[in-house]
Amino acid sequence: MIEFNRFVLENGLRVLVHEDPSTPLAVVNIMYDVGSKDEDPAQTGFAHLFEHLMFGGSVHIPDYDEPLQRAGGENNAYTTNDLTNYYCSLPAENIETAFWLESDRMLSLAFSEKSLEVQRKVVCEEFKEHYINKPYGDVWQKMRDLAYKVHPYQWMTIGKELSHVENAKISDVKNFFFKHYLPPNAVLVVAGKVKTAEVKQLAEKWFAGIPSGKKYIRSLPQEPQQKEARLLEIKADVPLDAFIKTWHMEARLHHGYYVADLIAEILGGGGSSRLYQALVKEKQLFSSLDCYHFGTIDAGLLAVEGKLVKGVKMEDVEKAVNEEIEKIKTSMVSEQELEKVKNKTESVIAFEDMSVMSRANSLALYELLGDPNLINTELEKYQSVTREDIKECSNKIFDPNNSNTIYYYSKN
Amino acid sequence: MAPNRKETPKIFDAVEFNLQLKPCQRFTLDNGVPVYAVDAGAEDVLMVELVFKAGNWYEDKNIVAATTNFMLKNGTKHKNAFSINEHFDFYGAYLNRTCYHETAAITLHTLSKHLSALLPVVTEILTESVFLEDELAIYKQNQKQRLEVSLKKCDFVANRLIDEYVYGFHHPYGRYTSTLDYDQLEREELIAFYKQYYTQGNCMVFVAGKLPANIQEQLNNAFGSLPLNHTAQREVQYNTQPADDKKYHIVNDPNGVQGAIRMATPFPNRHHPDFAKVQVLNNIFGGFFGSRLMSNIREDKGYTYGIHSYIQNHVHTCAWMISTEAGREVCDATIEETYKEMDILRNEPVDAAELDLVRNYMIGSLLGDLDGPFQIIARWKSYILNGLDEKYFYNSINTIKTVTAEELQETAKKYLNPAEFYELVVV
Repeated sequence: MIEFNRFVLENGLRVLVHEDPSTPLAVVNIMYDVGSKDEDPAQTGFAHLFEHLMFGGSVHIPDYDEPLQRAGGENNAYTTNDLTNYYCSLPAENIETAFWLESDRMLSLAFSEKSLEVQRKVVCEEFKEHYINKPYGDVWQKMRDLAYKVHPYQWMTIGKELSHVENAKISDVKNFFFKHYLPPNAVLVVAGKVKTAEVKQLAEKWFAGIPSGKKYIRSLPQEPQQKEARLLEIKADVPLDAFIKTWHMEARLHHGYYVADLIAEILGGGGSSRLYQALVKEKQLFSSLDCYHFGTIDAGLLAVEGKLVKGVKMEDVEKAVNEEIEKIKTSMVSEQELEKVKNKTESVIAFEDMSVMSRANSLALYELLGDPNLINTELEKYQSVTREDIKECSNKIFDPNNSNTIYYYSKN
Repeated sequence: MAPNRKETPKIFDAVEFNLQLKPCQRFTLDNGVPVYAVDAGAEDVLMVELVFKAGNWYEDKNIVAATTNFMLKNGTKHKNAFSINEHFDFYGAYLNRTCYHETAAITLHTLSKHLSALLPVVTEILTESVFLEDELAIYKQNQKQRLEVSLKKCDFVANRLIDEYVYGFHHPYGRYTSTLDYDQLEREELIAFYKQYYTQGNCMVFVAGKLPANIQEQLNNAFGSLPLNHTAQREVQYNTQPADDKKYHIVNDPNGVQGAIRMATPFPNRHHPDFAKVQVLNNIFGGFFGSRLMSNIREDKGYTYGIHSYIQNHVHTCAWMISTEAGREVCDATIEETYKEMDILRNEPVDAAELDLVRNYMIGSLLGDLDGPFQIIARWKSYILNGLDEKYFYNSINTIKTVTAEELQETAKKYLNPAEFYELVVV
């Protein structure tokens, strides 16, 4: 049981406190409810570029990192399609430094031209390092294009193309900040060797004066039900053919999400999973194979991807994948197999909860989703999944008309 | 009242902290296998790591050590690979194996309540693995294909080559694998290596987490009667054979848009009296986000997403390494700036504010590194495998707190000389 206290400041900032006296550290985690799905299609990659700019100085503090390091702290941040998260940990005695830094950049950035100019370049290098200068680096942009026709999950967090990042202007940065980086759009979690009363006093002192601004109301186009199978063939300079297939699944808070999570585990979770055993070990069609889902808040994708053993034909691979899919659609999983994937889930959660940083991050996410107590109740949602649920949900997800397939051929 | 945002809140200097390394308990199994244990943590989870002297230091033929280690999970007399995987998966446990240079490990992570159901299978793996031809064939095929993909990546190629330049290809630290090495692997070689270095090998055990009261008994039942640690391990010596040429530029992908840059100079190891000072100097140079390399090359020039320097984590001998992936057209400029930063560290003392910041950052970061049972045991493991003890921990802290700008400048003059660095760009 992970305990926490919750209060809301008048400006709408939600604050959660998780006391853990066993650590000498304090973690300050701020999650903003803005991700790449909130971007203009002509300016993709902006939420992530913006994350970089949050370190380029705020209205009263020229440099974020230096004072934090001086206080013995470390920090990082990440952007996903759904959200942007900033977190730091430091000796608990110095927690006020984190409040000072985080509140100042929520109040306003310095909007430095130099920072924008440098971070545009840094992000372009990040783009190149992960998505251009790497075999198969473009595959997920291609898959997103194929699977999403209207929902903004159709682009990656890094952006659709380099030019979107290269063309970012300081006026865009300002607009983005004052639209999204507002107290009602953020969740502050403070965890570790802290007391709620102290956090309350510090939160009032540093955050209460930040104006609420105009609350951003998200209204994204939802992806309509896919009606026919989509296929894309690519030829590229890669050493091996690859097979990638995705299916639409349910959104984060739906029962079907938990079922799909277990389905992905049954099919592709580790050395005793069905696809690995049948297709890598027994039939030796794939040299590597994974099955997982994107874990997004809006309706996401469940994916199977693998590299083909040389000489194996794409049709044979697809047929073999379909056979395994057919099995999970038509015959009931055994009690034992279902128990196995539930046990794995229990264990994953226990290991995640070991670190106070990870607990703070989870609390922020669950608050963003609307119920911070999910940190304690989510395991029950997995436990309640039945064999019938697995079969029913498999039939829903693995409808051929709900699928997107890429044949990624080696040119060589 | 509005807070004064222009003024830094008062901070407690991290160097004032009295950092303690939680001691580890030590006991010995019936067969003499030493166990190091840290009982801590709130979650009901634990890890058991068996460390064998079975790294590539001890192999006579390339990739035998890593393959033996990998195939430990691929079948025993009584269980095939699937059954082994299913057993650990069923309990939500993870059994990982890793091959390093001197050592190779088998690591179990599990909910504490399942430990007794899992240990017997770990024992079985150590005594009854069979290394079937079929499993070896699949492994060879898949590893060769994986290697082909990796060889397309400039960072992967650069990591292999820089080690070869520093240590020589015949040295376990400088050696790497080709597809031919996989083809030449023989099952009998794996079985022989397994018998000598695992079944009858030299082992030590590290456990951490929320430990059951009878942990000693459980470990003794599982491993205490195995024929381990009976014979002294054959000790092998290798001399490094550094390359003569210092500068290399390689085109791996003519269309590449980035270059992987590696720069390295030999540095002895953790026992060297300069090591603790070098760690502080390294932090200033390229060891964290606020370092000079990062501030100059990423945060001022935008040449890269990240640049780092570090001392390699080897037992016998090491290298001081600088590593980055930079835009193809700015690779030369990146190298030039890196040398400039070395020059500044040799020619000018670090100013007090920067040195204070780095001291505080390093102590704060150490505080975080000691948070949790797995972190604590990892530190103990590193000390024990390197032949060190807690004195080393307290000495390092003392150096972080007291090293002077003059000493750091002297250290820079000794080690940060561009002429002594290997320099490699792989596009």
